[in-house]
Amino acid sequence: METTGAAASGPLSAYHSEGFFCEMLGGQHAPAEHTLRIQDRLSALDLGDLRGRARDAELELYSFGITFTVYTQKDAIDRILPFDVIPRVISSEDWNTIEAGVTQRVRALNLFLWDIYHDQKVLKDGVIPRDLVEGNANYCSEMCGVDVPNGTYVHINGTDLVRGDDGHFVVLEDNARCPSGVSYVVENRHLMQRSFPDLMANIGIRPVSNYGQKLHEALVDVAPQGIPSPQVVLLSPGTYNSAYFEHIFLAREMGVPLVEGSDLVVENDRVFMKSIDGLHPVHVIYRRIGDDFLDPDVFNPESVLGAKGLMAAYRKGNVALANAVGTGVADDKAVYAYMPRLIRYYLDEEAILSNVETHICREAEGLAYTLDNLASLVVKPVGEAGGYGITIGPRASREELEKCRAEILADPGNYIAQPMVNLSVCPTLTDDGVGARHVDLRPFAVTGRSTWVLPGGLSRVALTKGSIIVNSSQGGGSKDTWVLE
Amino acid sequence: MSRLLSRYAEAIYWMARYIERAENLARVLDVNETFSRDSRGWQNWQSILQLYRDEERFFKNNERADADSVLYFYTLDQTNPTSIISVVNAARANARTLRPLISTEMWIQLNIFSNTLKSLKREELTEPRLARFCNTVKETCQTHTGITEGTFYRDEGWFFYQIGRCIERADQTTRLLDVKYHLLLPNDETVGSPFDVSQWNAVLRSAAGYHAFRRVYPSGLSQTEVAGFLLFHSQFPRSVKACIREIDDRLTELRSTYRLRGGGRALEELDELCAVLDDMTVQEVVNKGLHEFIDWIQIKLINIHSELGTAYFGDPPFLESDAAQ
Repeated sequence: METTGAAASGPLSAYHSEGFFCEMLGGQHAPAEHTLRIQDRLSALDLGDLRGRARDAELELYSFGITFTVYTQKDAIDRILPFDVIPRVISSEDWNTIEAGVTQRVRALNLFLWDIYHDQKVLKDGVIPRDLVEGNANYCSEMCGVDVPNGTYVHINGTDLVRGDDGHFVVLEDNARCPSGVSYVVENRHLMQRSFPDLMANIGIRPVSNYGQKLHEALVDVAPQGIPSPQVVLLSPGTYNSAYFEHIFLAREMGVPLVEGSDLVVENDRVFMKSIDGLHPVHVIYRRIGDDFLDPDVFNPESVLGAKGLMAAYRKGNVALANAVGTGVADDKAVYAYMPRLIRYYLDEEAILSNVETHICREAEGLAYTLDNLASLVVKPVGEAGGYGITIGPRASREELEKCRAEILADPGNYIAQPMVNLSVCPTLTDDGVGARHVDLRPFAVTGRSTWVLPGGLSRVALTKGSIIVNSSQGGGSKDTWVLE
Repeated sequence: MSRLLSRYAEAIYWMARYIERAENLARVLDVNETFSRDSRGWQNWQSILQLYRDEERFFKNNERADADSVLYFYTLDQTNPTSIISVVNAARANARTLRPLISTEMWIQLNIFSNTLKSLKREELTEPRLARFCNTVKETCQTHTGITEGTFYRDEGWFFYQIGRCIERADQTTRLLDVKYHLLLPNDETVGSPFDVSQWNAVLRSAAGYHAFRRVYPSGLSQTEVAGFLLFHSQFPRSVKACIREIDDRLTELRSTYRLRGGGRALEELDELCAVLDDMTVQEVVNKGLHEFIDWIQIKLINIHSELGTAYFGDPPFLESDAAQ
């Protein structure tokens, strides 16, 4: 195949990775060879064609209702997650590392959760401070002594990875509660298959469309013993939730009912759903609501999203919940800092995927380092999600830094600091042609008896030039992620 | 044992009703525009407000029932829950709830329908463009019906869809008859006059029944014939009798196929309605009073709806005294 002529005129011809590691072209000194064919094919398209197909693709997302809902005081607006048509490509070697690393991490998370809710050896051995675990807002004492099937707490895990200048993937954070985004992984692929069959033909891309089937198998794996065909349901907060599309998607892909709290009733510590012919037993609940809302008897008494008596049924083992209750303590940004040590402690292995170096402000040393180096660090509140409350030192004004300093001093335990990681970039279609935009990667791991990692994951892209905040609530979009065979 | 959630059953039933309602509303607007002129070419837009019993709400915000304001009220006015856009949005909201159950094609088509209506502006929908708009709405509703016929998996949910659609259709047909008979009640001079005939003509066309009627009655057109056709003609798909028969059949099949315990009382109501529709002649109805007869049918429809709610949707037990009020 010709590789020189086309590139001189195609959409990639004016593209520069601006000194960052590029997912398409590779690093400064190690060009990516696995993407050469894809680069050639992209170069053979002209920019107008690319834009035309991108427009069609976005219109399709809107028509299909693949949207998330943004609520303002007046309106509910359906927005699509902006979709970029230039794929993010991962070599099979890189994928093997990610898959092994994510699997290892999930094993450690599950062992850690079992331990802190049973023997607490890890606390007794002083590997992680007791108050960091038991004093954590997401630590759930209701779970002490509860045996979950197969010791699986984190049935669905999303690990946020970024790739630095050296081309190595590092873990930014774990999402062990209700990680979202997998619906976009599958829908983005279907969209690409419809819009760019010519780009994808014979490349050898690992499929993602069996996610629902794998998830259903894992959920059946954790059903209470002795039930021939367990009834699995997906519990959603309802149509007003911004992730409702994903709940629909998962329920459809698994072929299970999508229920709301008002559809469930607990009688004699058993869970039922209200059908047209009375009550029908429920054995496994993939819940997309937080712990606090599960059961007004035990948690938030105001909640109408869950079901009264659910926790009692759960503790008796009459129903399985995925993810388990109380997993939030494991994906906490402060506990994250201890993950390499926890992996060593439970598995006697080194972490396959490293952490970003993390300074814990609750520790004197970490606090001092953070305050001394504020201008070069990224400071994150430990309790927040969605990219809120983050201060990026190198890009903050002096006022912003002083505000951040005051906040840290007022509540040091609430903050961690990390060095600025130069996120890798990927060629992305912008108003000014194809430009470099920063991306991250969230692979999804599904665990029933064993762990399966969906080959690919959600590649989020910060569409604003120079931005490293990829969250959909803050101007992020997504790309199809191709793991090569 | 059936696993269909009560909430889903209710949402399917309502989705079908709303689409049927949108289609009928488009028919009524279209026909009124074209055929409801009096001998001097004056159109009566207020009759539509009467048909849907919306006068009070309409006159809260409007001074006169002129073509422009009535049309806006029933097409794009999102503050009016009985406008086409509100009804279609309600169908879409139910479809969104039902996404795990209905086919993707059904959802996409309704989503696009609703998005398209939202993008229309008031000035794009003036009287000269009304006919085209109504046709588009009718066709889009019929496309929905076709997609549903061809793609919707026929389990319990499908029965609730059919039942909802037929209840709404029966209700719409009785309203059409009633507005002509009750509110445009002609004085003695106009009965049989060209004006009266043209109004009955409009009623038939609203129900898409003009050509079918002609096949049964090759010449002439009298109020008794039209009323009889729309009430009793079992081969005409929008007649009250055809709709009630369909509901009766579907409910019976639903209960036996899925061995459902509930729904017996709804079936009793239906059987009573069927028996009367089988036995009575239109002449008897006219003698006793068409309006009273239609009132009775509407109360029966409300009873059936409420009994379905109690049996399947998880509503509290229904008392017949509620409906009479």
